[in-house]
Amino acid sequence: MSQQLRNKLYGAFIATLLVSSPAMSASNAGVVERGNEVISQADLPMMVAEVSAANTFNRNLHKEKDPNAPPPEDGYHDPENEGTHVLMPPKEAYVGLPTTDFGNHVDWVKALDEGKIAPRWDRSDPTAEPFVMDLDIVRPVKASVPDVVFPHRQHTMWLACANCHPAIFIPQKGANQINMSAILLGQKCGVCHGKVSFPIMTLTCKKCHSKPKPADWTPPLSEASLKNPWR
Amino acid sequence: MSRNNDDKINWRYAVLGLLAGLAMLVIVPAKAEYADVIINNYADAAGMRPVVFPHWFHRIRFRCKVCHADLGFKFKAGGNKITMAKIINGQFCGACHNGQISWSVENCNMCHSGIPGTPTHIHGSTVQRLVSPPYKPLKARVQQPPQTNK
Repeated sequence: MSQQLRNKLYGAFIATLLVSSPAMSASNAGVVERGNEVISQADLPMMVAEVSAANTFNRNLHKEKDPNAPPPEDGYHDPENEGTHVLMPPKEAYVGLPTTDFGNHVDWVKALDEGKIAPRWDRSDPTAEPFVMDLDIVRPVKASVPDVVFPHRQHTMWLACANCHPAIFIPQKGANQINMSAILLGQKCGVCHGKVSFPIMTLTCKKCHSKPKPADWTPPLSEASLKNPWR
Repeated sequence: MSRNNDDKINWRYAVLGLLAGLAMLVIVPAKAEYADVIINNYADAAGMRPVVFPHWFHRIRFRCKVCHADLGFKFKAGGNKITMAKIINGQFCGACHNGQISWSVENCNMCHSGIPGTPTHIHGSTVQRLVSPPYKPLKARVQQPPQTNK
């Protein structure tokens, strides 16, 4: 029992070290050149790197305490600027809107569906209505995660066809190679998702990967498995 | 639980665990609003604060299509090369911020409200969090500039 606990604690400590490693990655060059003068490292003040925001992606870390902080307290609006204090705090606008656990903590699609918000389709004409196309596209996924269903309805409520077609997605079956790496790096779905529309996190996988695999589905065997002489 | 065979608390491991817990608490995530865009193409160089564009505020009033299709805003932070001259000409923000649909350009510091030195980025984006965390000034560098050898 005590041995197990000891192992667990060691594990936790090593995890902590990994998490805080960006803070330790200060440069260790002995001498720094600044113009014509050469400064030795000993004379430079100690540079303490702040922990980078990359760590907030770790799902084991604490949740944001106040996700919709008013502008003067949000960390990038300048509190010394008069205009900052005139701006509307998000929470005031979010009263009565359906909530989620991610992004702005508002379910924007639901809010629009329920008529809680009425954003204009045209800049100056409040009566203009969008052309909504209700067409679901099912994209089979090679991996064992559920297949992706892309709903045109929710997207055409907000966007025009030309926003995505043909620059981001070629409107043709099988013409678009999409993978999560590309999305995480801001391509394909990642042009909006992970930036302005719902973020890409463990919580939101199943928003896209929503269609269970067929009952007879088995994971495809890898090349290495197929060539394995002992198989 | 945390007892040895001698039935004494093993302080070494208790302290290690406590340290691990404390290190977790030190990392404080930013509180800012998801999808806010900080635009600092030219602002800093012109002696203005960077612009903070709140997506949440605009999406309550307009659908994405209005700006991203009709007004020609690209899906890229800082990718539109917006200048005040273009805005006054009625392009980009100026299509609405002209005193007719929304307030006019004389309210400089309602847009130019970011902390000086913040680079162009979308706040809270997955790319930003995974690939290039937003720049944070080092406290030591700000407080005492490095001294040269004599």
